[in-house]
Amino acid sequence: MNRNTAAWLLTAPALIPVLILFFGGFGLGILQSFSFFPLIGLDTPNFSAYTEVLAEDELLLSLVLTLLVSLSATFLTIALAVTAALALRSAERGRRGILFLFQFPITVPHVIIALGALLLLSQSGFAARLTAFFGIISDSTDFPVLVNDRLGLGIIYVYLWKQIPFIGIIALSVLQSMGNDYEELARSLGAKQSQVLFHVILPLMRPALLPGSVLCFAFTFGSYEVPFLLGRSYPSMLPVLVYRYFTNFNLVQRPLAMALAVLITLFLLVTVILYKKFLGGRNRL
Amino acid sequence: MTVLKRIILLGLVIGVILPMIPLFVWAFSGSWFYPSLLPQSLSLRSWSYVFHPGSRILEALFNSFFIAASVTILSLIVGVPAGKAIGMYRFKGKTIVEIILLSPALIPSMTVTMGMQVLFIRYGLSETLMGVILVHLIPTIPYMTVSMSAVFSHFDISFEEQARSLGAKSLSTFRHVTLPAVFPGMVVGAMFSFLISWGQYVLTLMVGGGRIVTLPLLLYSFAVSGDNSLVGALSLVFIIPSLVILVLSSRFLTGESSGMGGFGGV
Repeated sequence: MNRNTAAWLLTAPALIPVLILFFGGFGLGILQSFSFFPLIGLDTPNFSAYTEVLAEDELLLSLVLTLLVSLSATFLTIALAVTAALALRSAERGRRGILFLFQFPITVPHVIIALGALLLLSQSGFAARLTAFFGIISDSTDFPVLVNDRLGLGIIYVYLWKQIPFIGIIALSVLQSMGNDYEELARSLGAKQSQVLFHVILPLMRPALLPGSVLCFAFTFGSYEVPFLLGRSYPSMLPVLVYRYFTNFNLVQRPLAMALAVLITLFLLVTVILYKKFLGGRNRL
Repeated sequence: MTVLKRIILLGLVIGVILPMIPLFVWAFSGSWFYPSLLPQSLSLRSWSYVFHPGSRILEALFNSFFIAASVTILSLIVGVPAGKAIGMYRFKGKTIVEIILLSPALIPSMTVTMGMQVLFIRYGLSETLMGVILVHLIPTIPYMTVSMSAVFSHFDISFEEQARSLGAKSLSTFRHVTLPAVFPGMVVGAMFSFLISWGQYVLTLMVGGGRIVTLPLLLYSFAVSGDNSLVGALSLVFIIPSLVILVLSSRFLTGESSGMGGFGGV
């Protein structure tokens, strides 16, 4: 058996379910987005679902909100994860304990932390009680609206809580494997702290942080659980909008859901390809 | 600099713990009205509900666990060989295989499941545990493949050959040579698989149709009905496996271990 055959045989058990379920599902979704859905009596393919979805007022607002949330969550995640990794790298006292605590969010499901954020950040939540206790606010309405808010702040908070440790651990592993040599060399040549950071450490970390940041962006762009709990009903983030179409009692709305799902997928694919093209370097994604 | 570092580490500790506090306090609260910092009364009401045989929580706990464990095992079965092929061999079409296996991490599973739902109904998988397990499996495959290909890419095939030339059978070669080398990747991959399934809401709802009740489904319904005590108690139950997994896999989740290394080089 030659090596090609062996490799394909090894990957087949993973490829088959992904091809059938994932790409099959995607293909069926595309068919349904063209209103081809014989099961409910739609048997003439057309573009009407796309024209109807694109004419929807909420779509543009929803896209802007989704981009705002996913881009700011991704950039803040990277900035804070790198900061945390730099601090953790040289921590001595209590390092194991802090590291353990830092790993904790990786294992906590989004649902839990979304609910925790709701009980922490709402206007009668724990943070509002704390600020009232210290006399900073006098009435619960003085507390800023941080959940179910216009800008998706609560949603961003949850994604940061979940993702900073994930990217942070990756950053930490890069820092550890690269050692101190480059930094010391730069410093011995007279570089300032900020120059070492921006011209030595960050460029060395960049290739390792890119794939993780793509994962974060795609996840925050396309997942439903968190914005469902912490978002507003209008405009809602794209995944919530899609699900609303999908669960509409009127099955004729199904093609609309599929059309929007196809558009979201295309948008993500194009974004990932562009991202890779301009920033990717030798990374595979 | 050290002051700044202390502040960052302190912020980190507080940031992680803060949102867990209200969940914990609510779980043991009878009434806790604004603006009081502490509950007016403590109560175990939500806990007696959690353990009451009439509540659906034990059923949900069993379903969640059964589904997540099955997903993890299946993910290992399909992901370990795939990770080996990608990590160790060069072969024709490798890039395509990688793109296919990674795409479920980039394309939202929800949008794909919507298209799949018709098939699931037609083949009787809708509203079954098997159907839910299958859809949960999809988003776990990329994470398992990445973790495994990372450890296999550091694995030297000549170790296997040496073991065999010293007379080891293939099973004992696997047990004593290959397995210890790739174990960190299996732990990290299994951890991600279990947790992706354990926390899944929308996929379960779409395929399970509300028939297959899991913990996230109950948690969402309590959250929507606004019963904070029950939300708190159930969250604590929900988080137990996370803590167990963290204790067991903590040492593989650090920068020193190769288990997480793959996510830097996807």
